[in-house]
Amino acid sequence: MIDKIQHLGAITLHSFQRLGRASLFLFGVLASSASLVARPRLLIKQLYAVGVQTLLIIIVAGLFVGMVMALQSYYALIDFGAEDSVGVMVALALLRELGPVITALLFAGRAGSALTAEIGLMKATEQLSGMEMMAVNPMKRIIAPRFIAGFISMPLLATIFSAVGVIGAYVVAVEMLGLDSGAFWSQPQNKVDLYLDIYNGIIKSIVFGFVVTWIAVFEGYDCLPTSEGLAQATTRTVVHSSLAILFLDFVLTALMFTK
Amino acid sequence: MTSRKIEILVGLFVAAAIAAFFMLAMSISNMSSYGDGEKYELKARFDNVGGLKVRSPVSAGGVRIGRVTDIQYNSETYEAVVSMAIDQQYNKFPVDTAASILTSGLLGEQFVGFVPGAEEDYLKAGDIIDLTQSAIVLEEIIGQFIYSQANEEE
Repeated sequence: MIDKIQHLGAITLHSFQRLGRASLFLFGVLASSASLVARPRLLIKQLYAVGVQTLLIIIVAGLFVGMVMALQSYYALIDFGAEDSVGVMVALALLRELGPVITALLFAGRAGSALTAEIGLMKATEQLSGMEMMAVNPMKRIIAPRFIAGFISMPLLATIFSAVGVIGAYVVAVEMLGLDSGAFWSQPQNKVDLYLDIYNGIIKSIVFGFVVTWIAVFEGYDCLPTSEGLAQATTRTVVHSSLAILFLDFVLTALMFTK
Repeated sequence: MTSRKIEILVGLFVAAAIAAFFMLAMSISNMSSYGDGEKYELKARFDNVGGLKVRSPVSAGGVRIGRVTDIQYNSETYEAVVSMAIDQQYNKFPVDTAASILTSGLLGEQFVGFVPGAEEDYLKAGDIIDLTQSAIVLEEIIGQFIYSQANEEE
């Protein structure tokens, strides 16, 4: 019995310790990010690895999510003779929720896990300590460019996701189901607000990008330098990021869209 | 992969995101109605605004000419005061123009409809429209209908 209580206490303390380390780590990353201005090349390379290489899955996913949304909302709305609202329904759902959230989940799986694995392997093979030996600060050289690249890429990817999703919905609703293309575009124009919907969706994706990349680089930097530790860190990145995204989405939605 | 190629691809990525943003802003949001140039403000007093909301459309003859910008309750006259921003190009409404709160379709959203009068003076910015007709509240009409039915049966 005492053992179990002790164990519980140890887990709690360990979680707080990790949270503290993660916060200090974030502070260090932000402090070293300023040096990127002098070396934009490092950042561009990471933007390619984190952003451009994630683009394909985002476009394909966005297209299909938009198409499915159009189909399902069509079948639900046609009973009320409101099938002209397919456009506005898909647009609002994509901009407010699905765009940022699905992009962030895919981003955590595609780019976050890669970041953790890469940094973790560098740590396991002692490349990071090797850099320190050569008086190269790994925070500035390795961590900061990856963090900033993830932070920049997420809103860009989420915007592309929403736009592609709307195009997918257009293809299904207008080309396949024969809705009027004028109604498809004009209804959203009356309902979708530039500030309330589009900007808030982008703010969401910025927050998600920040949190997912933070978790990913921290797990990589903090992992046990063994093959098992690396595997656990990569899993933790995906699980923790996904939970953080869904939780934050609820909080942000409650803040933004309730009056 | 050469660094030049990487730079080009990153550039394309950023450009695609900017293009996507403009596509969203232009074709599916109401951005076009923000920068429509000059507007002037009119007010109207209603007994009951029903389901009218800020940003509801204002139309004349079925054409959208502006939007509702503010709805306040005046506790001295016990009336709702609706402020509307009307596009400057529609600045020739006579002073006896009537404003009524209408519903698009049976259950659609509510909007303010203008019916121009016959005076020779035009409404200016800040003027208040006095000829108004309140929103039709469905419950009241149903209530009146049931009441009159009951009276007939007696």
